[in-house]
Amino acid sequence: MITSNNFTSAIKIRLQGGRRSRQQKQPLPPQYGYGQGPQFFDDTTNIYPNLQFQGQPPGPATGWNNQTFGQPSFPGQQILGDPMAAMAMQYGQTLAGQGKVIVNEKLEKFVSVSKLKYYFAVDTAYVAKKLGLIFFPFTHSDWSVHYNQEEPVAPRYDINAPDLYIPSMAFVTYILTAGYLLGTQNKFSPEQLGIHASSALAWLTIELAIILLALYVLNIGNSLKVLDLTAFCSYKYVCMIAAVLASLIFSSLGYFAVLCYCSLSLDFFLLRTLRVSLLSQSTSDHYGGGSRRSLYLLLVLCVVQPFIMYWLTRHLVLDVGVQSNVME
Amino acid sequence: MTFTLYSLFEAALLCVNAVAVLHEERFLSKVGWGRDDQTTRGFGEDPGVKSQLINLIHSIRTVMRIPLIFLNIVTILFKLILG
Repeated sequence: MITSNNFTSAIKIRLQGGRRSRQQKQPLPPQYGYGQGPQFFDDTTNIYPNLQFQGQPPGPATGWNNQTFGQPSFPGQQILGDPMAAMAMQYGQTLAGQGKVIVNEKLEKFVSVSKLKYYFAVDTAYVAKKLGLIFFPFTHSDWSVHYNQEEPVAPRYDINAPDLYIPSMAFVTYILTAGYLLGTQNKFSPEQLGIHASSALAWLTIELAIILLALYVLNIGNSLKVLDLTAFCSYKYVCMIAAVLASLIFSSLGYFAVLCYCSLSLDFFLLRTLRVSLLSQSTSDHYGGGSRRSLYLLLVLCVVQPFIMYWLTRHLVLDVGVQSNVME
Repeated sequence: MTFTLYSLFEAALLCVNAVAVLHEERFLSKVGWGRDDQTTRGFGEDPGVKSQLINLIHSIRTVMRIPLIFLNIVTILFKLILG
């Protein structure tokens, strides 16, 4: 629970940090997070220490404590006037801090939070440019990802790097727009939101599993990580949102028009981006066969994306008949 | 579209069960998908699609043999009780 609090506060800081990053002249020195060694992106989690659980929100706490001891505020402090109890309180707080560090280290083995943080190291300029790139990739010329000593540079500094912020936000926004659209057709109920969320997540998992299986069997794509692939497969949620919103204004003609255009631009974007990363590992011992296979896989992936987008959104826009919610 | 994560789990369980019943001696060797026929390849060359698939089937059968028992029991109980 503590780490999820930290994570959500990290996401909130990310959202606020975008505005401040334009005012800072030089980037912050790299933080050493959880004893993992130097990271190659600015981990902005610890800029605002008063938002972590050891501090206090400024509003309610100042009404409670007495400030007679000048120590960090704690509700009910005036009861513990004894200095021994105050020392015990300090000791307890340091113990809690150490416990937090240990819990984070244990969690790192399962979920790898520091690798996840790399994908969320974005700012608003990156998000705006990336969204523009998804909808109009035709004029962008340099698609290579810049590396910083064998590790990809954080998405904040390189527009071609994949991130997980846009996909997760697009997923949530898609669920909400689906709910809104259902509401305009008087089919809304709160369970529908959950059904849509799990359905979209299930399709994403299937797509990822099939692509990973294909990458293993065809023996290509050794450097394409799972999270990168998740990011690339989830960029289509942005296009689905655009198509669904167009259907609100222009009904099914607008839906199909925006769907076609977004499929084209998304396919172009995916082709350009993944061609750089997939074909860069066709080394000499593949004799050109490996790069052909990866090109075929890429083409199949691009062809499949419009169909998945259509399949996931068609029941929101077109009249496909009454859906029954009974699970057989 | 009532396609939930649970139905995804069911589908995956059925697929893994299907892979687990492919017996190597009685079936796979007869159709030419046995593992000992694949040794006539060089090392370090590109292993073909077929040998990768055979390796995949073999590893799934080896790894998932025991967990499948428990997963199947749990799913059967789940379907019996909750329908």
